Amino acid sequence: MAYFTQQLVNGLALGAIYGLIAIGYTMVYGIVGMINFAHGEVFMVGSFIALIGFMICAMAGISSAPVAILLVLLIAMSFSAVYGWAIERTAYRPLRGSFRLAPLISAIGVSIVLQNYVQLVQGARPKPHVSLVSGGFTLFTSDGFDVRVTWIQIMIVMVTVALMAGFTLVISRTALGRQQRACEQDMKMAALLGVDVNRTISLTFVIGAALAAVAGMLFMMYYGVIDFFIGFLAGIKAFTAAVLGGIGSLPGAMLGGLLIGLIEVFWAGYFSSEYKDVAAFSIMILVLIFRPTGLLGKPEIEKV
Amino acid sequence: MRKMYGAIAVAAAMAATPALAQIKIGSAGPMTGQYAAFGEQLRRGATMAVEEINAAGGVNGQKLELLIGDDACDPKQATAVANKMVSDKVAFIAGHFCSGSSIPASDIYKEAKILQITPASTNPRLTDEAIKKGNTTVFRTCGRDDVQGMTVGTYILKWHRNYRVAILHDKSPYGKGVADETKKALNKGGLRETMYEAYNDTDKDFTALINKMKQARIDMIVLGGYHTAGALIIKQAREQGLGAQMVGFDSLETAEFAQLGGAATDGVLMSFPPKAEDDPKNAALVKKFRDAKYNPEGYTLFSYAAIKVWADAANKAKSIDAAAVAKQLRTGKYDSAVGSLEFDEKGDIKNPVYDIYVWKGGRSFQAQK
Repeated sequence: MAYFTQQLVNGLALGAIYGLIAIGYTMVYGIVGMINFAHGEVFMVGSFIALIGFMICAMAGISSAPVAILLVLLIAMSFSAVYGWAIERTAYRPLRGSFRLAPLISAIGVSIVLQNYVQLVQGARPKPHVSLVSGGFTLFTSDGFDVRVTWIQIMIVMVTVALMAGFTLVISRTALGRQQRACEQDMKMAALLGVDVNRTISLTFVIGAALAAVAGMLFMMYYGVIDFFIGFLAGIKAFTAAVLGGIGSLPGAMLGGLLIGLIEVFWAGYFSSEYKDVAAFSIMILVLIFRPTGLLGKPEIEKV
Repeated sequence: MRKMYGAIAVAAAMAATPALAQIKIGSAGPMTGQYAAFGEQLRRGATMAVEEINAAGGVNGQKLELLIGDDACDPKQATAVANKMVSDKVAFIAGHFCSGSSIPASDIYKEAKILQITPASTNPRLTDEAIKKGNTTVFRTCGRDDVQGMTVGTYILKWHRNYRVAILHDKSPYGKGVADETKKALNKGGLRETMYEAYNDTDKDFTALINKMKQARIDMIVLGGYHTAGALIIKQAREQGLGAQMVGFDSLETAEFAQLGGAATDGVLMSFPPKAEDDPKNAALVKKFRDAKYNPEGYTLFSYAAIKVWADAANKAKSIDAAAVAKQLRTGKYDSAVGSLEFDEKGDIKNPVYDIYVWKGGRSFQAQK
């Protein structure tokens, strides 16, 4: 039981990070109908901005951890938001009316550009960071097995829950959310009714990038090491999570993220670490065979 | 910035060369990616050796020109680098770093009659298979994993006979190879491992694996893998409350290991050949590296020695032809920065030695034998 609980705790922390990235994929798909393959790289850029932010904080003499974290969170979110906006403006908007695959190719291009850009300016070496939130506590002990929960894991889950709650409110209660839902249903009709479609799509990218930056920062604080290549694998996993949960559905992205995290951890914990990625992808395939729209996805209605 | 130093060094080396026909030689390793720290060791050592050789008049009166190849420790990229080296007509290659790169690349060098001396690839298969295929132009200035595994195995059997041991490897030819050699040594000594697992070296989250070890009450982790994963595993082990001791191999020997793993790396053991940079004989050479703002750690001097030894043999043979130099290398002893080297029929050094080191405060020190 203790062993199970421990793996559950670790799986939840990992899944929460995947979920935060997955939201970016699902939101963009929901509205524009394209897969933003550069999203994983935005996550990576976010983690680097957070690293730089922490170094600036250390140089400026901000020694209080909560203040530094909050400050860096804001820096990382705003800078990444600019990245998200710029990517949409330069790489996707000019291709919006073109055939379906064009923005996809463009997204892969952006992803390569971002990866190489970070490799050039930040170097190819992994970057370590001293953990600001260290330590934890023993939840309970049974059969000589201590169930350890670290503060950073608690922080990850709490930040994720808070962002999810806030985000659900934005979508369901605010004017922006209403416009997003309108664009999702029918972009042309929304435009006819006075919704600024360009602005709505831009804001969607901005929000997605900001969430990815939060995930990037949490990732960096959790593992203490980042490199220019982390965006690829994390992006693939988060994309899988979004598809598993039902692409286009926000709670689906979160659920998918948690599931992927848990599957990975439990597979590694009870079978072997070697094939944990295979397990995660196999389960996604199984789900898609029986539920082609994912767990919480709505079947797409052909618009005539 | 580091790249800049390298570029300046290479540029300086090239600027110093007169109009004479040049001999091109290569140094290849992971210049980018996870293991870039080791690529830098190889590059730094090679650059220094070429500078010194050119300052002393070159090889057979001709100056050397150094080409750097980046294989990122990826076997596919390694063969691409090898083909590039072939088309650039290098006479000799000091590389690669990862065994998984050196082995596939060695076939290409053989075809093109390029002599290969790896400063760091320790997998026995490199020379064992080469000699079977009739490839007599592969050498190494480092030891082999069978010796390394035996050293670690003997150490565990001597000091920690009652430990519950987990053997982990990253599925790479090097990682799995050295883990299996240790397993062999342990089993022969009557110690059965409690766990034997593989992990993915690109992973960042090892908590599931660590808790599996915690559940199995593991006391010692034998890590067949590189420093990046090793640092994360030991760091996360401490966070998850697993107090097991870690013992790794030569690929932990870079200060980056302690930078990535932090305080958790204190007490980690590893095997490595006697450290050449601590040898008083090399004091002047080490100072030259330090003056260039680089600590010649790990395989730096092995890479330096590979090129020096080749130049020695080429001078003696009065030729840069691979077969002639190889024949020359097999005769007599070569005095080098990493000790007096004598090569056997396969191209391995005779009597390789490994010691056990312990990490403390970001550095590794020789441990009790």
